[in-house]
Amino acid sequence: MEFFTISLLNGVSYGLLLFMLSSGLTLIFSMMGVLNFAHASFYMLGAYLAYTVTMFVGFWPSLILAPLAVGVLGALFEKYALRRVHHFGHVPELLITFGLSYIILELVQLIWGRSSVDYRVPEELSGPLFTLYGTQFPLYRGFMMGVALLMLLAIGLLLTKTRIGLVIQAALTHPETVEALGHNVPRVFMLVFGGGAALAGLAGVIGGNAFVTEPGMAATVGSIIFVVVVVGGMGSLAGAFLASLLIGVVQTFAVAIDVSLMSVLNQMGAAINSATPGYALWKLKVSQVAPILPYLLLVLMLIFRPRGLMGSREG
Amino acid sequence: MSSKTHYEFKPLNVGRWIIWGLFSLLMVVAPLMFTSSLSHTMLSQMGIAIIVCLSYNMLLGQGGMLSFGHAVYSGMGSFLAIHTLNNVSNGEWALPVSLIPIVGGLAAAAFAVVFGWVTTKKAATPFAMITLGVGELVWAMSLMFPEFFGGEGGITGDRVTGSKPFGITYGPQIQLYYLIAAYTFVCTVLMFAFTRTPLGRMLNAVRDNPERVEFVGYNTQMVRYIAFIVAGFFAGVSGGLAALNFEIVTSEVVSAHRSGAYLLFTFLGGATFFFGPILGGILMVLAFVLLSELTKAWLLYLGLVFLFMVMYAPGGVSSLIMMNLRVASFGFLRRIWASYLALAGTSFVILVGAGAMIEMVYHLQLNAALGNELRFMGATLNAKGLNSWFGAAFVLLTGIALFELTRRQFLKDWGEVQVDIEKEIKRREAL
Repeated sequence: MEFFTISLLNGVSYGLLLFMLSSGLTLIFSMMGVLNFAHASFYMLGAYLAYTVTMFVGFWPSLILAPLAVGVLGALFEKYALRRVHHFGHVPELLITFGLSYIILELVQLIWGRSSVDYRVPEELSGPLFTLYGTQFPLYRGFMMGVALLMLLAIGLLLTKTRIGLVIQAALTHPETVEALGHNVPRVFMLVFGGGAALAGLAGVIGGNAFVTEPGMAATVGSIIFVVVVVGGMGSLAGAFLASLLIGVVQTFAVAIDVSLMSVLNQMGAAINSATPGYALWKLKVSQVAPILPYLLLVLMLIFRPRGLMGSREG
Repeated sequence: MSSKTHYEFKPLNVGRWIIWGLFSLLMVVAPLMFTSSLSHTMLSQMGIAIIVCLSYNMLLGQGGMLSFGHAVYSGMGSFLAIHTLNNVSNGEWALPVSLIPIVGGLAAAAFAVVFGWVTTKKAATPFAMITLGVGELVWAMSLMFPEFFGGEGGITGDRVTGSKPFGITYGPQIQLYYLIAAYTFVCTVLMFAFTRTPLGRMLNAVRDNPERVEFVGYNTQMVRYIAFIVAGFFAGVSGGLAALNFEIVTSEVVSAHRSGAYLLFTFLGGATFFFGPILGGILMVLAFVLLSELTKAWLLYLGLVFLFMVMYAPGGVSSLIMMNLRVASFGFLRRIWASYLALAGTSFVILVGAGAMIEMVYHLQLNAALGNELRFMGATLNAKGLNSWFGAAFVLLTGIALFELTRRQFLKDWGEVQVDIEKEIKRREAL
């Protein structure tokens, strides 16, 4: 029970972090049709900027400043690079973000070095939040969940209750009509791209110190959030939310389970040893399989439900 | 363009025979001109890279399928090839070494049959994401099964084994080079032939207008699937050759980095022309072997070049060549060569300025223990000195300003030349 609750909480907090990333990706994708390959790079950039800003002015200002800076960078990239290739089609758009991910990775290594930086959880957030069955649940994890939920609420309200949100929603489906009504759709695109990048940056600020801030961090989550977007259904925010939680929880549980098929079957009376055919497969522990679970989920999903959890159409 | 885009002579297409003849001659002569062992190694790698980039372009250029997991197929080809090689060495199987790349190809095609079925269910952006997922799946698996993938150390083999027809042992690099060259030539011919088959044409149609293809009665998914398998086969052949060349295969060969490199260089070479990926493969080896020796920041330069290429020349190097060939064939090249020289000169100035700054930052980051001084293009820079920074910034800004001026002039000239070419075409049509 203890293991279950703690793992569930950890899984949910990781899932919410994934959602902060995948929500921006989904918004950008559903609006502009651009799969932002550099999205995880913005996450990494957010973490590194927060590290630097924290050194000068502390953690709380960096919670605002770093995402803002990342958002501005994202908007500038959209305006000066992405928009230029828009008329070439979707593949060049994807390629240019792919190139950007290379550049950001190299620049980060250029500025902050190739090893991890010492970006820590601030003092006032480093204690335990509560103790459950004798295990402490860190306060910072709770803080992460809180920020993610707040952000979710803020986006929801922004998209449904405000004027700009309505314009964004309209531009999603009918960009020409919205343009004809006198709205500056390219600027809306730029705002959405910048906003998505800022969300990724915010995820980096709060995720960078919970995990490790290193040049490899973009690659670690990068492919996972793509899985989230496909599993949730291309372009569906609710689907991305469900899929993030699902993948977060599944991965957290899998990492902690230290049994293999062999040990389970042997307990039930089977005799599997190194002589059994397929021993390499039987002896694999669940924790060893954990890294591939999201991708297995992706493949299974594509076979059995190609439009994803909440997707509305088959792409 | 409605008229023919290339010269053709019936019944024999002389132009094509000449080009392929020159291509094969080049591959035969190249190792005799560059005789150092480094250049032999590089030439071998270029052959391997050419095959894999061409096979990648079968997806990207001809099928419009942007794959982020092509290394899975070349990598699995490598692994199966090295296991086969080891079985041959053990005396379990009797197979000449020269056929091992085909084993790699068949193995990769088998993997493409399995994975491709899932992957090619979608097209465009979802396709890209799924290939990425499958790539990550295989990469994660490579760490799970050290028995097959060799774990950290990889799997080693020895290519000097089995029967030795005519005394060819493949021990010396030059012998292996000619094996690779033969494979490269045959694979290139086959892949070019593929573009001329009805399937290859259908693949172009699926790229350009899948909806219409469906209406005509073709199954777009099946067309993509078959092309995917064929591309997987050629990638596997190249993987098998790589296994023979390096005699070691580590799990790095299935990594996302490798897939990304294939994408990057195929695009840089040019996806819109058949010969583009050949240039891409050559560039890939040059970058990986020479550029990475020259500077630590080579990935940054590469990313920047890629970014500008996507923005300003989405057809890659080959499209630039073809555009200028078009200008030259109308005899207008002499009107823009001065602009070209100016552009080259000013971009060189930018490169010097930006390069000096980038190298200084890298020096501070990586070699701080060696002191503040570094050598850059024959000059000694002080990475912490104001003079060096100021000088570099000055050179960079001057370069950018001059470049912008020449770029405007060039665009004007280029536009005029294009207009004149159109006029010339009209005039010839009227004749």
